[in-house]
Amino acid sequence: MAVPVPIDYLLYLAATLFLIGLLGVLVRRNVIFLLMSLEVMMNAAGLAFIAAGAKWGQPDGQIMFMFILALAAAEVAVALGLVLQLSRRFDTLDVDAASEMNG
Amino acid sequence: MTTGLLLFLIPALVAVVSTALVVTRKNASRALVYLVVSLLAVAVIFFVLGAPFAAALEVVVYAGAIVVLFLFVVMMLNLGRSSVLRETRWLQPSMWIFPGILTFVLLLVMVNVFAGTGATASGRMVGPREVGEVMFGPYLLAVELAGFLLLAALVGAYHLGRRYLEERREDA
Repeated sequence: MAVPVPIDYLLYLAATLFLIGLLGVLVRRNVIFLLMSLEVMMNAAGLAFIAAGAKWGQPDGQIMFMFILALAAAEVAVALGLVLQLSRRFDTLDVDAASEMNG
Repeated sequence: MTTGLLLFLIPALVAVVSTALVVTRKNASRALVYLVVSLLAVAVIFFVLGAPFAAALEVVVYAGAIVVLFLFVVMMLNLGRSSVLRETRWLQPSMWIFPGILTFVLLLVMVNVFAGTGATASGRMVGPREVGEVMFGPYLLAVELAGFLLLAALVGAYHLGRRYLEERREDA
C-alpha cells in the first residue's frame, strides 16, 4: 500500500525550490519580495529535513523543521519591522535606497 | 508509474509553478496568494511523506501566521493610496482563478491520500506523539533556545514597530 517516494526526487524538489528563492533574492529589489523569497528558501530547507526524516522513519527531521519554523517566524517579525522603518525613512520599498554604507 | 508516486509528483509540480509565480509577480498581494498555494503544496507533500504534524504546522504557522503578517504590512503600507480602487481590483476573478485551480488540484490529491493510497519515503508514518516525545527529551535545550529566540524577536519587532507608529503620529 505505501509506495516509497525516492529521496532523490525529494531532494531535487527541495533544491529547485531553494534555487527559485535564491533567484528571487538576486533579481528582485522590492524588500517585501526579498523576504518572501527568503521564506521560500527556508521552506525548501525544511522540506529537505522532512525528506531525510521520512527516509529513516525518525522524528528528528520534523523537529528540525519546527526549529526552522520558529526561526522563520522570528526573522519575519523583525524584518517586517525593518520594512516599516525603511518605508518611513526613505518612502520606498526599494532596498537599494538604503545603501548609505556603500556595501 | 504508480499512483503513489503521482501523489508526490502532482503537489511537487504545483509547488514549483506557484513558487516561480511568487518571485515573478509585480503585485505583492498577488504574490502572497501564490505563496499560500506553494506552502499548501509543500504541506501536502509532508502529509504524503508521513509527517502529518509538520504538515499541520506548515499550514497553521507558515500559511496562517507568517503570510498574514506579510499581508498586514502590505496593507499598512498601502493605506490611503486609493485603497478603494485597489480593493475593487483585488476582487476581480482573474486574481483568484489560477490559485483556485492549483488549490483544487491539491484538494484532489488530499482526497486520494485519505482514500488510502498513501505514499511515504520509508512506508512509516511518524505521528505527533513520537515527535513530542523526542522534542521534549533529547532536544529540550534546543526548544528552550528557540523560546529565547522568539522572545528576542518579539522585543525587537515591538521596538521597531512602536517607533514607526510614534513618528507617524507626530507627523499627523
